[in-house]
Amino acid sequence: MSGHVVPVKTYLGIFVALLALTALTTAVAFVDFDKLHTGIHLIDMIPLNTVVALAIAIVKMLLVILFFMHVKYSSGLTKVVVMAGFLFLAILVSFTLADELSRSWTPEAGAWNTALPTILPLLRGLF
Amino acid sequence: MSTTVIPEMPGQEIPAESRVNYLNASYGVKSWLLTTDHKRIALLYLGSITLMFFVGGFFAVLMRLHLIEPQGALVAPETYNKLFTMHGVIMVFFFLVPSIPATLGNFLVPMMIGARDLAFPRLNLLSWYIYIIGAAFTLYAVISGGVDTGWTFYTPYSSTFSHTSVIPTALGVFITGFSSILTGLNFVVTIHKMRAPGLTWFRLPLFIWAMYATSIIFILGTPVIAITIFLLGLERLLHIGIFDPAIGGDPILFQHMFWFYSHPAVYIMILPGMGVMSELITCFSRKRVFGYTFVAFSSLAIAIISFLVWGHHMFVTGQSIYAGLIFSVLSFLVAIPSAVKVFNWTATLYKGSISYDAPMLYALGFIGLFTMGGLTGLFLASLATDVHLNGTYFIVAHFHYIMVGGAVMAYLGGIHFWWPKITGRMYPDGWARFAALIIFVGFNLTFFPQFVLGYLGMPRRYAVYPTEFQVLNVMSSAGASILGIGYLIPLIYLLWSIRYGPIAGPNPWGAKGLEWETPSPPPTENFEEIPVVTEDAYDYANVGGSRG
Amino acid sequence: MWEAPVADLAVHAPHPPGFKHQFEDMEQQREADSLGMWVFLVTEIMFFGGLFATYIIYRALYLTAFEEGSRLLNVKFGAANTAVLIGSSLTMALAIHAAQAGKKKSEQVMYLVLTMILGAIFLFLKFNFEWRADYHEHLIPGFHFIIRPEWGAAGTHVPLFFCFYFFMTGLHALHMIIGFGILGTLTVMAQRGRFSSEYYAPLEVSGLYWHFVDIVWIFLFPLLYLIGGRFAIPGVH
Repeated sequence: MSGHVVPVKTYLGIFVALLALTALTTAVAFVDFDKLHTGIHLIDMIPLNTVVALAIAIVKMLLVILFFMHVKYSSGLTKVVVMAGFLFLAILVSFTLADELSRSWTPEAGAWNTALPTILPLLRGLF
Repeated sequence: MSTTVIPEMPGQEIPAESRVNYLNASYGVKSWLLTTDHKRIALLYLGSITLMFFVGGFFAVLMRLHLIEPQGALVAPETYNKLFTMHGVIMVFFFLVPSIPATLGNFLVPMMIGARDLAFPRLNLLSWYIYIIGAAFTLYAVISGGVDTGWTFYTPYSSTFSHTSVIPTALGVFITGFSSILTGLNFVVTIHKMRAPGLTWFRLPLFIWAMYATSIIFILGTPVIAITIFLLGLERLLHIGIFDPAIGGDPILFQHMFWFYSHPAVYIMILPGMGVMSELITCFSRKRVFGYTFVAFSSLAIAIISFLVWGHHMFVTGQSIYAGLIFSVLSFLVAIPSAVKVFNWTATLYKGSISYDAPMLYALGFIGLFTMGGLTGLFLASLATDVHLNGTYFIVAHFHYIMVGGAVMAYLGGIHFWWPKITGRMYPDGWARFAALIIFVGFNLTFFPQFVLGYLGMPRRYAVYPTEFQVLNVMSSAGASILGIGYLIPLIYLLWSIRYGPIAGPNPWGAKGLEWETPSPPPTENFEEIPVVTEDAYDYANVGGSRG
Repeated sequence: MWEAPVADLAVHAPHPPGFKHQFEDMEQQREADSLGMWVFLVTEIMFFGGLFATYIIYRALYLTAFEEGSRLLNVKFGAANTAVLIGSSLTMALAIHAAQAGKKKSEQVMYLVLTMILGAIFLFLKFNFEWRADYHEHLIPGFHFIIRPEWGAAGTHVPLFFCFYFFMTGLHALHMIIGFGILGTLTVMAQRGRFSSEYYAPLEVSGLYWHFVDIVWIFLFPLLYLIGGRFAIPGVH
């Protein structure tokens, strides 16, 4: 918030871009991207439709944040504050999701590596 | 070279009673209830928080009386469940979380940075009213029969099976959360934007660093418990299955969301105390703090890492082993910055010129008791030992060593240290030291036996116990009565001193810091001229050795 | 940092409009106001984020049920509402721009009123068309929800999806209604000529709030409406 005046043309351009991205994300939702088939479980389980939808949403969000909310013209402090919010949300989601998804990976009794019996199912679960 | 504020001409004695200060600047209930002066708001909080402390303490007294007998001496088990729940809810949310930030923080943050007030004085007043409304809901819940879910509100008991006043209590906690958020917001903006000229970040008192770190946790953590309680309330009203396993919900998910805030919350409760410690140790050793930068950054490190360890509360409740592994490692990590602080305070004491005033007694007690509490946390962070110790009195002792032996002692030390600044009066020194001693003895007698009890396997939150544990329980209850008396003594002499205590000068301790450059009590606007700062914090080497 | 200590309180130049005395100058006040609103928005990120986190977890656990539920939402209204809200963000930005550029107060008022109108359209579409239809089709949990046989085994968890749908969009709508109150106040202030190129901080700060509410919807729309496996065109690999 430095008093920087963003020209109206920029606002209109961002507006048009946001509408276009909305149309895009709606249209693409009706296309089945299915999943990749690389053979690596960790990559194959990624739902591409979700990734595409979220990616478009993130781009839209960035346009609003940077231009409508003037973060592009703001101090470093503002940028750090914004990033901190998303970072900690990411921590909440990722750690909780990691627990929920790994609950069924039970360790084996008598595994070949008795020092780290839990590693095998972990690796199996990932790959 | 020193700060340039000189509010009184040397040699000119203005009688304290006739000088206009924030206490006598205006009279009447409205001038207090509609004040935007951060110092008056701090006192409003002080009164409310003290009240809640004694309410929560009353429940503790009942619990310890009950546990004198193995079959319970006082109440029915259902009532006992309500006692420990209300004790926890009130002490955590209505005493410990706001204690130092809302009282000492509100009073001192603007003064320590050379500002006239916080950035948003009206939001500050609003935060107090929100606290009061939240407290009212919770006290209503107490009167209407209490809650018996434990302060942790675990589902599905709290969402489906408990027949007690869950929703009023949850509402009270939800509302009070916003009070914390506003306080944290105010501090962050004030510290960033309103420091006096010359007061760079690394010249700030470490109390300010601690308040800043605490505010980060307020801002990032509190909203999550707010939404969690909101979902719990909706679940209880509509029975849709968010956390109830019978209809597809996951109770562990509630625990994730609950502890995502509640673990950082325990750092909210201790970080301000650590900030107070840095002020007390330096003043009463007449020494600069050892390793200022390390202590400052350790506050930030604690705040940030505290968000990564919440799963250590869930090692035995059904979390995946892999998540447990990660949380265990990170929990060991979070101990490091706390240890850094303890080492640095101890190094500050070394070769210092130590005096044993009451604030210093509390500070020294803190160092020992916090260290014990912290070290016992390591047993709990370790997956294997936690299996044995979780759900026992070992945990109860662990967190009481930190919360009571640590946070409450730091709070009392801070109240005593800044009392002359806040009230313009000195408290009776002999009684203060006596009370500190009583509290220290009472505290250890109460809680050390609980470490042993926990190790021997006595579960927590149980209204009855096997007879072989009785001796330790009686010791603990005896200690609790001593501790209770210990807390009453300062209440009496501090209140007494407001009227009858000797007038205190601007700097009775000869301490360094901008707040000590103002009269006691300070004028409403704090500083007639905003000071220009040219020296580092705790510049005690330059002090002549005599008290001001 | 500041160049010199501020002069004695008793003697100083008359203040610019809206100046608050705890600050030293308007620049400091502006920066504090802006930082304060951003910090508040971070708390909102965590508040909504908690809901999003729970939604994401349950979607991972009950994918079929959540996809069934998502397909029952009306994408046309969802997309239209997204466009309406983006438009309201534009008009809000233009209202701030009008003040910044020193335009007449009638232009400021016009854009503020337009923002409110677009917001009202959003709420009207949502409440009157989407939610009313959901009520009649028995899709509101706690209000005669009916589990349909075509959902099969996943049917028991479809109410959970709709819980999240109503919680999240309801919380969002509540924030919009609060935003109305703020916009209404700003419109009155603008009409009284309070804003100029020197003083437009309330507009800027409220604009941040309004844009944030827009961003929440930017995520709600795909997360609720679009990832329900609405495949009309078969696989692109």
